[in-house]
Amino acid sequence: MALNRKVAYINLSTGEIRKEDIPIEWRKKFIGGRGLDAYLLYKNNPSGIDAFDPENRVLISAGIAVGTLASASARTHIMSKSPLTNFLGSANMGGWFAPELRWAGFDHLVIWGKAPQPVYLWIHNGEIDIRDAKDIWGENLYDMQTLLRQELEDNEIQTLCIGPAGENLVRFANVMTGRKNAGGRTGMGAVLGSKNLKAVACRGTMDIKIKYPEEALKYNEELINQVISTKVSQTMQRWGTMFIYGTTNSTGLIRTRNFQLNQLVGGSNIECENLDKVSIGLDGCFGCQVHCRHRYIIKDGPYAGTYAQGPEYTSQGAFGTEVGCNNLNTILVGNHLVNSCGLDTLETGSMMAWAMELYENGILTDKDTDGLKLEWGNDEAVLELIKKIATREGIGDILAEGPLRAAKKIGKGSEKYLVHVKGMSNLHSDERPTPSLALGIATGSRGSDHLRSRPAIDLYNLPLPVLEKVYRQPDGYDGPLTSGYNEYEGKPRIVMWQELCYMAVDCTGMCKYHTVFLSPNHPNFPEFAKMIYYNTGLEFTPKEIWDIANRCYTIERLFNIREGLTRKDDWLADRYFDEPTKLGLPVAYNKSIDRKKFKAMIDEYYGLHKWDNNGVPTPELLKELDIAEFYPEGDREKGEGK
Amino acid sequence: MAKMLLVDYEKCTGCRLCELVCSVKHTGASNPSRANVHVVKWEDEGFYLPMLCQHCLEAPCRSVCPTDAIYRDEELNRIMVDYDLCIGCKACVAACPFGAMGFDEAEKRVIKCDVCDGDPLCVRFCDMKAIDYVEATTSHFDKMRDASRNFAELMAKAHGQ
Repeated sequence: MALNRKVAYINLSTGEIRKEDIPIEWRKKFIGGRGLDAYLLYKNNPSGIDAFDPENRVLISAGIAVGTLASASARTHIMSKSPLTNFLGSANMGGWFAPELRWAGFDHLVIWGKAPQPVYLWIHNGEIDIRDAKDIWGENLYDMQTLLRQELEDNEIQTLCIGPAGENLVRFANVMTGRKNAGGRTGMGAVLGSKNLKAVACRGTMDIKIKYPEEALKYNEELINQVISTKVSQTMQRWGTMFIYGTTNSTGLIRTRNFQLNQLVGGSNIECENLDKVSIGLDGCFGCQVHCRHRYIIKDGPYAGTYAQGPEYTSQGAFGTEVGCNNLNTILVGNHLVNSCGLDTLETGSMMAWAMELYENGILTDKDTDGLKLEWGNDEAVLELIKKIATREGIGDILAEGPLRAAKKIGKGSEKYLVHVKGMSNLHSDERPTPSLALGIATGSRGSDHLRSRPAIDLYNLPLPVLEKVYRQPDGYDGPLTSGYNEYEGKPRIVMWQELCYMAVDCTGMCKYHTVFLSPNHPNFPEFAKMIYYNTGLEFTPKEIWDIANRCYTIERLFNIREGLTRKDDWLADRYFDEPTKLGLPVAYNKSIDRKKFKAMIDEYYGLHKWDNNGVPTPELLKELDIAEFYPEGDREKGEGK
Repeated sequence: MAKMLLVDYEKCTGCRLCELVCSVKHTGASNPSRANVHVVKWEDEGFYLPMLCQHCLEAPCRSVCPTDAIYRDEELNRIMVDYDLCIGCKACVAACPFGAMGFDEAEKRVIKCDVCDGDPLCVRFCDMKAIDYVEATTSHFDKMRDASRNFAELMAKAHGQ
């Protein structure tokens, strides 16, 4: 059945591999996926080590519902200590790798050590081999997946892999599977690179028995209808995530020229409708009806004829608005380059936009850039810089270090131009008009990010009864809620609710487009409970899933605190407070975050979490969540995956 | 009127939900290797094609079967296996030009599409209708209409509309 998958402990230094059952108690306490990863990382990682230390664990997992009749149950989660932030590293990707990992018999891989030479893991029907990767080391992400299929003589193999950027220890290198599914954030690709682990290839033909097949089929149909009956899903089915830009750019909620403007003026060339010129069809992850990205062929320039997938809203910002480029082809090519090199598109775009602002202000000069004119809207320079970052050439070598380290190397006050939290750059969204979104990026457990706790539906200014229906459950919250997105009041609750909702989703392995992210009518806790029951037989109430998500999120918080996180890390760059927005509709124009109100928001947020004034989970909370032994100063099990 | 399964590769997004629901319906387990449909993907080109039994009129699987275990069910316009007669020789697996006849290791028998007795789940769950279940005798009219659209537009232009 869906619960008999194993956890494998893999020591790359010694080649030792141990396979164990996943105890049912772990399922009841952490469900699986990201939640169980958090537990395994906290339990097994020595505290305070460098992310590139061989002792740093990498967790790769498939959630409890992956491969089953949950809607879009495709997600792979990867967790480790981040080389970008020195805090929690965590990334999530779609595709077909996670289901294949389960069909091959495993739910969780705990990997540590460092292979003496480049290797890859070959996982097939309960077996795990460590194999020589010398023939694929150095290859780009597209070609190496094809090469692996040829080498292992099976076209159905699914691979999680790193590109040249990961090999070169770019601190925001991603892991990928397929043409575009990327676990992009926090530099997980660099951690694999530091272990000489190029790829994990999977192939399985083992049953995932569905507990109640008839009911699960019926319920899957209901879930799918619930998701694709919403307007936002239907729009995404047609255009992919780039549709978001139409609203956010015209409102003035988009970072442009790093952080100088909040709208790309005259930016219609990069509207999603233009994709029809290059699209050859849409593409869905495993079992997904939303199919949110395009398959496209680049039409112009030196990359004409190249087939790639996407681009996402994130790439539209990274190679469009942030760097001031109003050219769809630059986005298409940039997206292709980061995917084939294995770079986080979002961090890459942010680092480049930052470098361009430094160039504009004379902090970087032609001497630093080897003559590359880092001027706003310089399409060629943007594409050239991506390659330089991936190969760590010239200025790229500095940018490859990520925001804080690069700012330290460059000096000259460059740090104040960064748009980051905890050392990770933000999406191209501009949160100055939206305190709830600002709180989300300030407090997210992996740094500035839109998929950790973003209450995106706040942007719809929904009527209060709709918000109440979503945000008062499943624990009966009776505090304030407000519907205007410029408000501060009642927002900490919705950030915390989204945090736990996304944690629950990541435990199941479903996609966030199938929960309350872009629509208030999408599945959440009650639906998760039913879906888990029909597919696995495990019974949870919606409130129990909420509590589990809270437990897992608290463990992530404890991990960060153990690595030195303090209250001051839950804060925004000064620019959010000091530079009001210059463009946009009245709801977005002349907005900045109010320091005093924002501090009060953080207080309220900590209070809701039952964290103390310094953001440390209280002993009472840990007792309540049945993880009292995890108290930062308490006894902690150490050692190799006990 | 008899229906048929019709595949439109241009609509397929490659999600493989058809494989999942097929295997759960027929085996109670999620396992594409036991499904009767498979989306073949040419990932370097971005081309996806769901492959499944065509329920051929002159079915090679039926021709090679030494025990006449494979028969045509006229009512549902489908090719079926009579497992009481099947000896598991797998000649049909070798003979099928589409690879649509599989062998299920767990059940130790050949497997193929049975159009879910008239309500194919692959169709029900595919909102793109990359696999559709349509009237065999009239299914081509839609294609004709699509193919003639260019002419219609040209004619409209010619008439100055």
